[in-house]
Amino acid sequence: MASVNLGSVERKKVAATDASRSYAVPVAFVIMLALLLIAPFVTYPLIVMQALCFALFACAFNLLIGYVGLLSFGHALYFGWASYVCAHLAKVGTIKLPYWVGSWQWLTIPLPPLPPELAILGGTAVAALFGLIAGSLAIRRQGIYFAMITLALAQMMYFFALQAPFTGGEDGIQAVPRGRLFGLFELSNINVLYAMVLGIFLIGFLLIYRIIHSPFGEVLKAIRENEARAVSLGYKTDRYKLVAFVLSAALAGLAGSTKAIVFQLASLTDVNWHMSGEVVLMTLVGGLGTIFGPVAGAFIIIAMQNYLSALDQWVTVIQGVIFVTCVLLFRRGIVGELAALLRIRL
Amino acid sequence: MFEIFGIPSQALFGQLLIGLINGSFYAVLSLGLAVIFGMLNIINFAHGAQYMMGAFCAFFLLQYVGLNYWAALVVAPIVVGLTGIVIERAFLQWLYRLDHLYGLLLTFGLALIIEGVFRNYFGASGLPYAVPESLQGGINLGFMFLPVYRAWVVGFSLVICLATWFMIERTRLGAYLRAATENPVIVRSFGINVPRMITLTYGFGVGLAALAGVMAAPIYNVSPQMGADLIIVVFAVVVIGGMGSIMGAIVTGFGLGIIEGLTKVFFPEASNTVIFVIMAIVLLIRPAGLFGRGA
Repeated sequence: MASVNLGSVERKKVAATDASRSYAVPVAFVIMLALLLIAPFVTYPLIVMQALCFALFACAFNLLIGYVGLLSFGHALYFGWASYVCAHLAKVGTIKLPYWVGSWQWLTIPLPPLPPELAILGGTAVAALFGLIAGSLAIRRQGIYFAMITLALAQMMYFFALQAPFTGGEDGIQAVPRGRLFGLFELSNINVLYAMVLGIFLIGFLLIYRIIHSPFGEVLKAIRENEARAVSLGYKTDRYKLVAFVLSAALAGLAGSTKAIVFQLASLTDVNWHMSGEVVLMTLVGGLGTIFGPVAGAFIIIAMQNYLSALDQWVTVIQGVIFVTCVLLFRRGIVGELAALLRIRL
Repeated sequence: MFEIFGIPSQALFGQLLIGLINGSFYAVLSLGLAVIFGMLNIINFAHGAQYMMGAFCAFFLLQYVGLNYWAALVVAPIVVGLTGIVIERAFLQWLYRLDHLYGLLLTFGLALIIEGVFRNYFGASGLPYAVPESLQGGINLGFMFLPVYRAWVVGFSLVICLATWFMIERTRLGAYLRAATENPVIVRSFGINVPRMITLTYGFGVGLAALAGVMAAPIYNVSPQMGADLIIVVFAVVVIGGMGSIMGAIVTGFGLGIIEGLTKVFFPEASNTVIFVIMAIVLLIRPAGLFGRGA
């Protein structure tokens, strides 16, 4: 955006930045990987796994806000519903449709309790399907309406989750078995579980990186910068937006499904609008439109929630204060500010 | 006592009345959102929290100052409106040049702060607020029992909505407001203090939310949570109606309240979600909203 009117002196600086950018991201990635490999030995592995699930969730959310410029205020819908579906598949298996009626079912698919990898895939697929439906409704309006529509649809699905028989209402789905990954790896072993969560996170993270730097990702960024221009260049921007929305929803679903296996629980907390706000906060704190920002933001917010749990009733107030501070003073987020300081792109 | 579609008239009209009451709140709140959005280009996520503050303000006035409901109806919107003016001067004025979404995020943060603080001091359970003596009791209309207070809420909301519509569409001040919405620079060049107008508009919108809160206090309990879920429904109402038209916001608010009330009678399981479903249908058929002007 800024590179259009730069003078010759500054252009040299940009060239230098381009050169450093080529290794800034790999270096940062190696540092992140090293930290993630050490982390479970330094603190509780479960907290790190929780943070990893939220980091993937925030990365998925950031794909929309940071690279397409769409603020979805209802991402808890995909995260929470995927975790319900995954928990149900892993614990019960049998699918009865339509799910919202207790006695009358026209379709029953008898299934045994599924192994974790299939349960996670099932949750992700359902999240992608919901993303397709909600996305095709929400992209009909722009800007601020988009945020309100996604929030309203998520609230609707929250009420469905509250009333549906299979979600267990206020209790949620408890004691979800972790099972054996691919029938080989016993997930009750915390180290194996950690390896699985880290693997899922890295797959999602690298996939998002690949999407952003593909020709498809370049079109998304063009839509973010100037949608009318992208339309005039012949791009069907609605299709691009919808595909990005579905990808984001699916990855959010992957994060939610993984969380259900790790914590052996799917509950209303994960579909509530508070959760949608929390993922916005994580991304904002870390840095909108940066690759590493959402990861940093997720770890900061999860650490804050765990270490400040003594102040638990004040946590929402603190979150609100962080929101206000970030919007007024640090709109680039921590990683964004750091990148600006080092003149690199992270 | 008679039956309509197998539903006793008492139940049907009772739910219709509750629907009308909810509709009054939807109308007043979406009106405030539309007025604020028109001038500030910000979606005020704190609207639900400010509605809750209005109810609490009425409660405090009765409890500690001894001012009754009628006084609270005037004082609470002014007090909460003043806090709105402070918020606009302290925070929102820095965001006008930025993308819309920052305004949404900032007011979302403010809503978290306000609701969190109130929850810490007053717990999650509700505080009772008595119906004022002069509005107690009810009238038996033959086909239903009409509590006077509820009739008052519906009537008074309608008056407030129409007065706001009149002020914006038919007075000189409203003309300035609409002109400033269209082109603030030119309006400034005519010597009108647009920044002050923006501040006062925000205060006015917030005051409307607080007024709805005072009216709601005797019906629902006064609780820190009362605005949080309501605001999401109001967002759906705004999406359905579109924010371009004041009258549109009023009609949509009351209409959806009635539909919600009817759903409670005929299909109670869907009463929480019916407005969102209608929103989805409207988006499919008329993406700009019923009264919208595009985008």
